[in-house]
Amino acid sequence: MSTSAQQIENLIGKNYKQGFVTDLETESFAPGLDEVVVRKLSAIKKEPAFMLEYRLKALRHWMTMKTPEWAFVKFKPIDYQAISYYSAPKKKEDGPKSLDEVDPELLDTYKKLGIPLDEQERLAGVAVDAVFDSVSVATTFKGKLKEAGVIFCPMSEALQEYPELVEQYLGSVVPHTDNFFAALNAAVFSDGSFVYIPEGVRCPMELSTYFRINAANTGQFERTLIIADEGSHVSYLEGCTAPMRDENQLHAAVVELIALENAEIKYSTVQNWYPGDKTGKGGIYNFVTKRADCRGDNSKVSWTQVETGSAITWKYPSCILRGNNSIGEFYSVALTNNYQQADTGTKMIHIGENTSSTIISKGISAGKAQNTYRGLVKVLKSAKNARNYTQCDSLLVGDRCGAHTFPYIEIKQPSAQVEHEATTSKISEDQLFFCQQRGLSPEDAVSMIVNGFCKEVFKELPMEFAVEAQALLGISLEGSVG
Amino acid sequence: MLTIENLHVSIDDKLILKGIDLEVKSGEVHAIMGPNGSGKSTLSHILAGKPGYTVTQGSITYLGKDLLDMEPEIRAREGVFLAFQYPVEIPGVSNIYLLKAALNAIRKYHGLDEVDAMDFLKIIKQKTALVEMDQEFLYRSVNQGFSGGEKKRNEILQMAVLEPKLCILDETDSGLDIDALKVVANGVNSLRSAERSFIMITHYQRLLDYIKPDYVHVLADGKIVKSGGSELALELEKKGYSWLEEQAAA
Repeated sequence: MSTSAQQIENLIGKNYKQGFVTDLETESFAPGLDEVVVRKLSAIKKEPAFMLEYRLKALRHWMTMKTPEWAFVKFKPIDYQAISYYSAPKKKEDGPKSLDEVDPELLDTYKKLGIPLDEQERLAGVAVDAVFDSVSVATTFKGKLKEAGVIFCPMSEALQEYPELVEQYLGSVVPHTDNFFAALNAAVFSDGSFVYIPEGVRCPMELSTYFRINAANTGQFERTLIIADEGSHVSYLEGCTAPMRDENQLHAAVVELIALENAEIKYSTVQNWYPGDKTGKGGIYNFVTKRADCRGDNSKVSWTQVETGSAITWKYPSCILRGNNSIGEFYSVALTNNYQQADTGTKMIHIGENTSSTIISKGISAGKAQNTYRGLVKVLKSAKNARNYTQCDSLLVGDRCGAHTFPYIEIKQPSAQVEHEATTSKISEDQLFFCQQRGLSPEDAVSMIVNGFCKEVFKELPMEFAVEAQALLGISLEGSVG
Repeated sequence: MLTIENLHVSIDDKLILKGIDLEVKSGEVHAIMGPNGSGKSTLSHILAGKPGYTVTQGSITYLGKDLLDMEPEIRAREGVFLAFQYPVEIPGVSNIYLLKAALNAIRKYHGLDEVDAMDFLKIIKQKTALVEMDQEFLYRSVNQGFSGGEKKRNEILQMAVLEPKLCILDETDSGLDIDALKVVANGVNSLRSAERSFIMITHYQRLLDYIKPDYVHVLADGKIVKSGGSELALELEKKGYSWLEEQAAA
C-alpha cells in the first residue's frame, strides 16, 4: 500500500458523538412476538378496533414470510423472538401535556443531540416531533400549525383524534403484504409521525421528526404517514441517532407519503444511526420501506437522503407516479466506512402520462465498507412520454472498500426517454497532495473533496440540514486519512 | 532562505537525485533547466513533500528549519508553494471555496483570524485581475473543464492569493501558447519582491525571456552540472544539453 493510501486508512476511524445512553425508567415488554403481544400493544395505546385487526392481519401474513436475501448485504439471521417490541419512558400519570412535563432527562438528551425542543427556539422555524424508543415524547409548535389547519402529531395521537384519516390512508401505499419488514412493522409499529396538510395550504414551517433508540434489546418500528391534500405543500425532515451498543439493533420503519392533485412533498432524511465500531461490532440494522404515491395529477414528491449511519442500510425510497404530469425525485448521499454495508437506491414507477423522474445518487465508500446502489425505473404502457434521468456516482476512499451499482430498467412504453449515467472514482493521491500543498490538513482535504462530490445532493437539502449533513460527513470520515 | 545540501533522493530504490547543493536567498529567482529525466520534477516534489520519495542523504533547511521534517501542509503554511505541472481537478469544489479554505488554513496556523468575507472578495478581485482571469472562473469547480492555459493561470492565482515566501514553478510554461505565457509571466513578475524567492523548473529558454532569473542551474542525471547567470540559458538554447551531459559523464 502506498503512503497516501495508508494515510487514508489512518483517517478512517470515526467518533460517534451520539453514542451515549440516557438513564430513564422505562416500561418494556418482555422479548417475543405473537398475537398476545400485538393485542397488548394495541390495548396500551387504546387503539380503535380497525387498527388491531390490521395489525393481526399483518402479523399472520408476516409469519408466512422469509427474510429477503436479494440485497448485497451480509448479516447473521435475526432472532425476532429475542427482541422487545415495546419500550417507552415510564409515564408519570397520563403522559406529558406540555414540554414542562416532559422528563428533564429526555429533554437533556435531545439537547445533547442539538435538537431544539424548546419553543423559544422559534427562530429556527422548525416544528419538531421527537420519538424516543417507541413513543413520541414531544411535538412542538402544535398551536401555530393548527391555525394553518396542519395536523402534525404522533401516530398514536392521530389514531385517537383522526381515526378516519388514518384508516383511509394507512397501508394504502405500502400494504402490509409488501415485504417482510413492512409486514413486521405493520404488526408492531408503536408510534411515528402523522401529518395532514389540508387543501391549498402551504405548511408555514419545516416539519421535523427526530428518532432516537435508547433501550437495549429493543427494536424500533415507527410508522410515518404524510398526506398532502390538493394543492398543498410541505417540507419534512427526519433525523435519527442511537447509543453505541455491542449488539445489533433492528430499526424497521415504514414511511408512506400521499400527494394528491397539485400537491408537493419534500422529504429529507439525515440518518446517523450508530454504525457499529471499527471492527464491525454492534450498530443498527436499518431496514426501512419508504414510498410515495403521487396520486394526483401534477403532484410532486422529492426524497433527499444523507445516510452516514447504521451497520446495514436497506432502503429504497420510491415514487409511484400515478397522476399525469407527476414528478418524482431522489437525491441520495450514502457514506459507508469501516464495516458498514449499504444497499440503497430508489424505485420510480411511471404510470401516468408525461411523468418524469430524476435520480441522483452519490455513494461514498471508505475502510472495508460495501456500498451498493440499486434502482428500478419502470415505465408502464400507460405512461406516454415518461422521462427519467439517472446519475449514479461512486467515490472510493482507500483501496479496501467496494462500490456496486445495480440499475434495473423496465420499459413498456415506446415513447419513454430514459437516461442512465454512472461513474466510479477514487480520491486520488494527487488530489490529496494538491490540497495539502495549499495548506489544508488531510482530514479537511478529504472532507472538502467528499463534500464537493455530494454537492448536487446537498443543495437539495433545507439550509440547516445541509450544514448538518456536511459536518456529519466530516465526522464520519474522521480518521480516514492522516 | 533555502539551503539544499548534498541531497540524495530515491524512488522505489532507484536513485534520482545524486547530491544536489543549492542556496536560494530572499528575493532571488533561480531557474533550473535540464533534459527529461534529469530529476527536475523530483526536486520540486521533494521540496513540497510529496509522498513516495526517500531521502537517503543530505538536508534541506528552510528559514532555519528542517524542511524534510515537516508535513506537506505545514510546509505550505510556512510559505512553500508549488505550482503544479499537472494541476488536479476537484469536481464540485469551487475555486473560490478552495482559495478561502487554503488562505484560512494558513492564517490560522499563524494565529490570525479567518479572513472577513468582504475583505476576501476584495483580495480575490484584485488577484484575478493580475492573471487576467474572469470572475466567473471562481465559481467553477477547481480546474474542471479548464484548458491547459487556464489551469496554469489558476495556479498563479492561488500563488497570488496565498502570498508564499518560496514559489516553485514546475514547468509552468509547458503547454502554454505565447499569449498565455505572457499572462503567466506578468503574474509572476508582479509577485517578485525582496522577501519572495522563486525556483522555476523549465525545459526551455522561452519562459526566461519573460521572467528574468538571477541564476540558472543545469540539472543532468541527478546533479547540478553547471550554474551561471541568465546568459547560461541562452547558451543552452543554442547548444542543447548534450555537451553538459557529456561533461558530467566524463
